[in-house]
Amino acid sequence: MSVSINTRSEGHVFEGGFANPVMDSQGVFRRVMNALGEPGTVADLSGFVTPPAPLSQAAAAILLTLADYDTPVWFEKPENNDDAIGWMSFHTGAPRTADVFRAAFAVLEKMSPVEAWAKFPIGTSDYPDRSATLILPVESLAGGEPLRLTGPGIETEKVITPLGLPQGFEAFMTENRAAYPLGLDVLLVCGGEAIGLPRTTRIEEA
Amino acid sequence: MYVAVKGGEAAIANAHRLLADRRRGDRDVPALTLEQITGQLALAVDRVMAEGSLYDPDLAAMAVRQSRGDMIEAIFLLRAYRTTLARFGNSRPIDTAKMRIERRVSATYKDIPGGQLLGPTFDYTHRLIDPAMAGDEPVDEPLRRAREDERRAPRVTDILNDEGLIERDVLSDEEPGDLTRDPTAFPADRDVRLQALARGDEGFLLSLGYSTQRGYGRTHPFVGEIRIGLVDVEIDVPELGFAVSLGQVRVTECQMVSQFTGGGEEGAKFTRGYGLVFGQSERKAMAMSLVDRALRADEFDEQRLAPAQDEEFVLAHCDNVQATGFVEHLKLPHYVDFQAELDLLRTLNTAKAKNDEMREAAE
Amino acid sequence: MTLPEYNFAYLDEQTKRMIRRSILKGIAIPGYQVPFASREMPMPYGWGTGGVQVTAAILGPDDVLKVIDQGADDTTNAVSIRAFFAKTANVATTTKTADATVIQTRHRIPEAPLSAGQVIVYQVPIPEPLRFLEPRETETRVIHGLEEYGLIHVKLYEDIAQHGHIATTYAYPVKVEDRYVMDPSPIPKFDNPKMNGSPALQLFGAGREKRIYALPPFTHVVSLDFEDHPFEVQKFKQPCALCNATGVYLDEVVTDDRGSRMYVCSDTDHCETRREEGHRGPGLPISGAQTVKEDAA
Repeated sequence: MSVSINTRSEGHVFEGGFANPVMDSQGVFRRVMNALGEPGTVADLSGFVTPPAPLSQAAAAILLTLADYDTPVWFEKPENNDDAIGWMSFHTGAPRTADVFRAAFAVLEKMSPVEAWAKFPIGTSDYPDRSATLILPVESLAGGEPLRLTGPGIETEKVITPLGLPQGFEAFMTENRAAYPLGLDVLLVCGGEAIGLPRTTRIEEA
Repeated sequence: MYVAVKGGEAAIANAHRLLADRRRGDRDVPALTLEQITGQLALAVDRVMAEGSLYDPDLAAMAVRQSRGDMIEAIFLLRAYRTTLARFGNSRPIDTAKMRIERRVSATYKDIPGGQLLGPTFDYTHRLIDPAMAGDEPVDEPLRRAREDERRAPRVTDILNDEGLIERDVLSDEEPGDLTRDPTAFPADRDVRLQALARGDEGFLLSLGYSTQRGYGRTHPFVGEIRIGLVDVEIDVPELGFAVSLGQVRVTECQMVSQFTGGGEEGAKFTRGYGLVFGQSERKAMAMSLVDRALRADEFDEQRLAPAQDEEFVLAHCDNVQATGFVEHLKLPHYVDFQAELDLLRTLNTAKAKNDEMREAAE
Repeated sequence: MTLPEYNFAYLDEQTKRMIRRSILKGIAIPGYQVPFASREMPMPYGWGTGGVQVTAAILGPDDVLKVIDQGADDTTNAVSIRAFFAKTANVATTTKTADATVIQTRHRIPEAPLSAGQVIVYQVPIPEPLRFLEPRETETRVIHGLEEYGLIHVKLYEDIAQHGHIATTYAYPVKVEDRYVMDPSPIPKFDNPKMNGSPALQLFGAGREKRIYALPPFTHVVSLDFEDHPFEVQKFKQPCALCNATGVYLDEVVTDDRGSRMYVCSDTDHCETRREEGHRGPGLPISGAQTVKEDAA
């Protein structure tokens, strides 16, 4: 199948993908699987891809590993992401959707307002898996206020200190947890690293 | 002294070697060629393509040979190969109204535009084993129609439709579902049901279709038309702006004219049961159309009481590759679970013996 | 005619992506059965196609794979699946539980505790714990959605009324994180407690039924029971005849037609490891230890 490309957005749309798509996507997947299986651990997703700004290496590696023709991807600020969207479309075939209700993955902006997140699909009681995964960039995965995590994947508790979380993030995630088994799953990303926060994780100030 | 059985790998290799030997049979007899299988066991090849849902006579013939004539095994081989194939695009819907017809019969009209054509049918053969089959006696060339006799043959259901006596086919540009790409969710739509039936086991559908005739979900069927022949497969090429033909496939189509419905504003109308199968297989296409109609019970406010009307039951059990796998998996070792059952039975019986003893002592 | 070529670990990349997404949703909703577009595999449905698809989707070149069936590495189907991955993924294989990064299993959980970083993949024939009470998917989906699990308790209680015991000995249902009732696959209930709080990631694949589900590490898994009939596991009266292990699951081996039996570890790796460490069961001949060891290739 041919993919029509907007040639305006220059060569870097075509470059910077996986050097070895089969092995690289396997490598990234296992790290993401561990990140969601053991919430709070930092997954190193660096060095796999070189995406156009403002996409981080981690967000880009996640998209190339998991997104395709079957998964509409929603961008919070498509106007800032021309190259990123072109790059993603070229490498994954995933359609960008403007319809927040259809998002399988959502590429958020730093300090994304959490009030808007209520529109993402959280699944239904029959199919709670039909829900969006949010990719949320932060300033840093360390150096912020400590948050205590508990829940499946965590033996006792885990403390993370992400810096630059949006206002009301914690309260939103508490509500998200309360809607279980419905809910959103979140991946915090910064540079080449990611932290998984599935809907099962309880988050409180440490 | 007990030693655990080892050497599974060698045993498997040896078993496969023996299988290859039995498959080949007497080495003094020439091996079957693919031409012989596609040419002389064509209906076996057709069934493998239909239920394997892959139209490739050579591959199907290889599968028949590899499976020693075990049809479900051959279907399985084709399916397992099919699943690895990349998808380049979707064809346009085939147009059976434009079929190059080899056989066409209608039970609802004595004569129809385009005529009735018996074609290569077993019908009206007397089922006497022909001594000629023991050898290779010369066979007469068939009589063929002149090309100019190939008249336009409109579908019988279209004739009924023009008169407003049969439910309209719903035209849709929507992408049909694909149960090989998406897990089936119930209730399923008719497109997915038809796909499942087209891939479904001929014997299973035959029995279900038969059951509807015996009152388990009766549909009052008439064979509007069965047609067998070649149709073009076309694919749109956006760069060219028109469709190109990829070639032809042989299909069997059955349109069953069934139990009428309505009587309100629309007027009473016959309903449809539809069957379409790769290759020549009237039995399968007819059974499919009976089951398709039975499964539409909800659409016509019919009570769903019979197995053939039960969508979950039919769809979950019509696939012979799934069925054979799960039935045959019972021969795999289950001794861990069996041990658990043994243990429970012994516990229950020991407890019972103790109870009996106490009761006797008390009496 | 072009002869077929296959991708690393057999599955094409799009299929792997689809399975990987299902696995991630499964991890996010422990015990919930995620529908997935199961593919036809080159082995029969019911023979581990779900497990094989999950394993194929996660397996990488650095993995070390162990495959067991009934606890044993050398049962024919385990041999066949291991050979499949050795061939299609060129992956290292082992029989040692401790050395494996991925363990695919049918009907058992190894005796040696699993450790963090390991993944165990269960082959599941019927993922729906309510299937034998309610055969309809449309019904069971609603039951799970509404968390109305009374039916399954009624079934277990009927057993008690009839037999004085819960008569389910394998595929004994569990409740996950106090939400989903889950089929643990047909492992003996002896193995159920190993699921609770395991540091390993547990993945479940049902190919024919097109479902994937998961238990992240340290997930709370409780076997269903009643206050007056607490959950109990099988206990064996005698140790393993070969390695003298107690507190393990044993296979009963009929040794003649006069009623003689011996009991040996179902987990062959566990048994061999113990014998290598010098443990000796009553069934081993006094001077025969050497021949037994040679046998443990």
